Amino acid sequence: MAYDKFTVLKSTAVPMPIENVDTDQIIPARFLKATERKGFGDNLFRDWRYNNDNTPKKDFVLNNPLYTGKILVGGKNFGSGSSREHAAWAIYDYGFRCVVSSFFADIFKNNSINVGILPVQVSEIFLDKIFTAIEANPKNEIEINLPEQTITILSTGESESFDINGYKKNNLMNGYDDIDYLQAMKADIRSFAATSLY
Amino acid sequence: MVRKIEDGPDVFFIDRHFIHEVTSPVAFLGLEQRGLTVMFPGKTFATADHNTPTINQHLPVQDPLSANQLKALETNSGKYGISHWGLGNPKNGIVHVVGPENGITQPGMTVVCGDSHTSTHGAFGAIAFGIGTSEVEMVLSSQCIMQPKPKKMRISVNGRLGKAVTPKDVVLYIISKLTAAGATGYFVEYAGDVFEQMSMEGRMTVCNMSIEMGARGGIIAPDETTFAYIKGKDKAPKGEAWDTALAYWKTLKTDDDASFDREYHFDASDIEPMITFGTNPGMGMGISNRIPVSEEAGSGKSSYEKSLDYMGFREEESMLGKKVDYVFIGSCTNGRIEDFRAFASIIKGRKKADHVTAWIVPGSHVVEQQIKEEGILDLLLDAGFQLRQPGCSACLAMNDDKIPAGKYAVSTSNRNFEGRQGPGARTMLASPLVAAAAAVTGVVTDPRELIAEEKV
Repeated sequence: MAYDKFTVLKSTAVPMPIENVDTDQIIPARFLKATERKGFGDNLFRDWRYNNDNTPKKDFVLNNPLYTGKILVGGKNFGSGSSREHAAWAIYDYGFRCVVSSFFADIFKNNSINVGILPVQVSEIFLDKIFTAIEANPKNEIEINLPEQTITILSTGESESFDINGYKKNNLMNGYDDIDYLQAMKADIRSFAATSLY
Repeated sequence: MVRKIEDGPDVFFIDRHFIHEVTSPVAFLGLEQRGLTVMFPGKTFATADHNTPTINQHLPVQDPLSANQLKALETNSGKYGISHWGLGNPKNGIVHVVGPENGITQPGMTVVCGDSHTSTHGAFGAIAFGIGTSEVEMVLSSQCIMQPKPKKMRISVNGRLGKAVTPKDVVLYIISKLTAAGATGYFVEYAGDVFEQMSMEGRMTVCNMSIEMGARGGIIAPDETTFAYIKGKDKAPKGEAWDTALAYWKTLKTDDDASFDREYHFDASDIEPMITFGTNPGMGMGISNRIPVSEEAGSGKSSYEKSLDYMGFREEESMLGKKVDYVFIGSCTNGRIEDFRAFASIIKGRKKADHVTAWIVPGSHVVEQQIKEEGILDLLLDAGFQLRQPGCSACLAMNDDKIPAGKYAVSTSNRNFEGRQGPGARTMLASPLVAAAAAVTGVVTDPRELIAEEKV
């Protein structure tokens, strides 16, 4: 499914300083029953966001009008647990384009890039600085520059660089995906398959 | 590996691909939108498990959304010529139980599925890991995925396991030592006498939970135990093909001088029957211990307190004697015959505690049949239990098997996340022996006490 190209993103951010945010929290299993990819944003963080009677939980950050933006900032080990790509779909569908954390779970990180979300891994120290900046003023913006691979807290000018491999970076900047790439190398795949023991 | 991309991931060829009803429909939809087809339908196997009811499977599925997903799996499999074991099929069951049970998983293969517990298949010396739906679409359309090379970790456990210490306890112990993120970025090899002496069922339990410490996958070198398990299985090689395969499989060992990016060594005698007290699988401890204080747990204080609050537990408390409302035995972690034998060994001659609701869910129809043939069903019925039909069930509570809010469950499954077994449910992960001990006493109980009683 096509996604918007990613180059430079300047936005306010939503802080979620909780460790080990697992994909069951991002989207609980009972909302995985669709056979199409739409509407998952409504159930993003469902059980943290809503009471049993579907009224919003006032103290949850997504229900606080002070915090908005296209960047979600989470505590370490973000996206652990289930491989459900629905978690990445829900984050994208809600309107986030970038998740920042000091540590990501592998499958979530892969899924994010595949659906057009940029996972930005920063140091623990820089993560704390981001939380502090947002706490000081929720209007403080963060700039994510993918071509330069930098993340900057605009209010303080503090900056850090982040890693992403050249292939995936090129995909995100151009809206390409792995399926296109693999389709273009089918002849090689066929020859390889002919040698397979299984 | 088909291709190595400069400053990019490697392109891997996938030998076996399992699909189920939850993570595949959008992948098939993607194929259609792009006008693609399935490249090697013979290498993909479909089974319905995540969403299926565990009672009255002969009746139409009541939840229209679940029914829709099951129908999509059936239709898509039929359309592209993929083998499909739907509800009611005697081969049906949890994907990570039926794959090995039918000899589909073999040493040296690359195995993927849109499910993080695909690491289970590493027990056979296969490179096996979970993928997302975009990757399911890649495998369907090109039989390949693109992933960066993981780092290598080896975890060795040597020595003798104590009484009532099962493979589940071994893996919960390892995760408690490494934490829920301790192996992120790594592929883990399990080595040492404990794994060498373990059954295939036990090895599957261990490899299954590799993902719970963040590992991409877990693997155990194939040996005579592996070959004996596979031999004669439905999809296993036969005759001359068996000899050829076996000769190759015997070469699949880690070199003596292999180097790892990280190594851990544990002593088997340090491991007790385990139980979790928090909301990630790394928050586990020996059942006779006290809940650690946050400083010892190596996690941020506020996240740790949030977790204990959710569970209704306090630092430095003992878990023994805590009331248990629900007991669940089953899942891709502990839904195999050996697990039900262990459960039965404790409940034999005892009765289910009146206030406990127990869900006993075999991993497949084959396991269900074994339970009946070995007389385990009679033991269960005598003790006041009922046997349900196969599926993922209360492990992720997508079907009706949900633990109510605030209730405590001792569960043999793999995740104790908030709400995992139903909104507000409180999960304590443990082995089938600990689950059985809780089921008959109604409280968290050290299974060693019940085993000791018998010997008196």
